[in-house]
Amino acid sequence: MFVRTAWLVLRKDFAIEVKSLEVLTTTLFFAISCVLIFAFAFVKNGQAPEDAAAGILWIAIAFSGTLALGRTFERERYSETLRALLLAPAPRPALYVGKLLGMLALLAVAELLLVPLIAFLFQAALFSRPLLLAAILAGGTVGFSAVGTLFAAMLVRARSRDVLLPILLYPITIPVIIGGVRGTAALLASPVDEPGAIMWIGILAAFDVVFVTLSLWTFEPLMTE
Amino acid sequence: MMLIPQLLLSLVLQPPPGQSEFVPVNELPVAERLPAAPFLICAYAFVWVAVMFYLWTIWRRLNKVEADLDALARKTPQR
Amino acid sequence: MKKAFIPLLSVVAVMFVVAPFLIANAPYESTMGLIQKIFYYHVPSWFAMYLAIGVSGVASAIYLFKGTPIADAYANAGAEVAVVFGLCGLITGPLWGRVAWGVWWQWDVRLTTALLLELIFVAYLMVRRYGGPGAEKLAAATALFGTATAPFVYKSVDIWRTVHPQTSVIPTLKPSMGGPFAFSALAFLLLSTLLLTARVHLAKRQMMVDQLYLAHEDQP
Repeated sequence: MFVRTAWLVLRKDFAIEVKSLEVLTTTLFFAISCVLIFAFAFVKNGQAPEDAAAGILWIAIAFSGTLALGRTFERERYSETLRALLLAPAPRPALYVGKLLGMLALLAVAELLLVPLIAFLFQAALFSRPLLLAAILAGGTVGFSAVGTLFAAMLVRARSRDVLLPILLYPITIPVIIGGVRGTAALLASPVDEPGAIMWIGILAAFDVVFVTLSLWTFEPLMTE
Repeated sequence: MMLIPQLLLSLVLQPPPGQSEFVPVNELPVAERLPAAPFLICAYAFVWVAVMFYLWTIWRRLNKVEADLDALARKTPQR
Repeated sequence: MKKAFIPLLSVVAVMFVVAPFLIANAPYESTMGLIQKIFYYHVPSWFAMYLAIGVSGVASAIYLFKGTPIADAYANAGAEVAVVFGLCGLITGPLWGRVAWGVWWQWDVRLTTALLLELIFVAYLMVRRYGGPGAEKLAAATALFGTATAPFVYKSVDIWRTVHPQTSVIPTLKPSMGGPFAFSALAFLLLSTLLLTARVHLAKRQMMVDQLYLAHEDQP
């Protein structure tokens, strides 16, 4: 029942998104703009500083993720579908998991675009350890999305929701972003710092466990009026 | 007041160039040490001011709430 | 709770009057000299903040799952007091660091995460103020995440090598420093309790006003 509900929610979101591709294309375009803005801010003598690639990658993920969260749940609010979902006799945490998986899929596509782009623009050897990079990206994205999905769902019925989402989200997820940046930077270091990257993957995994658990625990009471 | 120019100077003073490791303060030449007393006093004073300010805001809000309660209490018996 | 206010206030007042004498008599630390005495206000400020965060976290969990309004009052009070003492810690720390390290701020893990913890509870207060109806639950969730982050902030300085001293400094203090420190810590914890008590009292009176207003409106 739980898995089926989550899967149905995911399929529903996917079906809606595929029709217009609105959230996907705007998120991707925003992510690219982010990369360009930060690149221009940091470029000196035609070259960006060495560790900039890791930071810019994660800033782009964080900012475009926030935007995507806002847009996805705005859609729910507009059609009052969130209330309909909550009225359905489905386990609430399963709704959360379905939404989370949708968000992860969206950010995964964004990262598929961002990583080669950044590797290209900054001559960053991001693909030297693809499995470790994938682990870091997964760890950071899950942590960020777990908290983001919870707060975005929470804020659907709140006032000032657009500005409150970043205010709530960033202080809580910055440790995850830091983990992602330091892990990616470890992979970009001149002799690749594999033990360092593995340590950061461990830390990200710990954060993910805590955040997903907390989110699953609090989703139901938060969604109840 | 010697403290003020000292404090301003300390705001402008940069860490010594080329210092690549932590040097304990008592090993720095006397000229590069910052005067500790103004900072200590500022720190203690800030804590006091912050706590007092917060207590004052509670007191102010409480007065307002008690005034509201009195106004309501006066209104209710007259029915 | 209100009856505890006056005795608590007297105890705290006495402690804060006595504290300077104890602190002045404590020996100087070998490498930092006078500036190290900020320690007697800096660390207890953070202890007071952790107490307030703990209260806020537990009360938020109770409010989310049971819905008791008084729990919400404690959660809000805890967040406000946490912000006050966090600000004290974030100001006394750099003042100490400027003299001891030569820089106002370092982006090491302890300082960064401590700043984030403060921001989380500032965000709590902003959500309550600007979130509209139902914002109490949103804020409660924020407080829970903040409370989950707090142990990480505390332990971070032991896991990573940072410019900030480690937690092992406290248990290994000499009695001549440990005594004044324990006194200051107790004073700050009691002060934190005092502020929480006062704030919860305010919240209770406010709830009474709200109830009376509603009862007033229900009358023909």
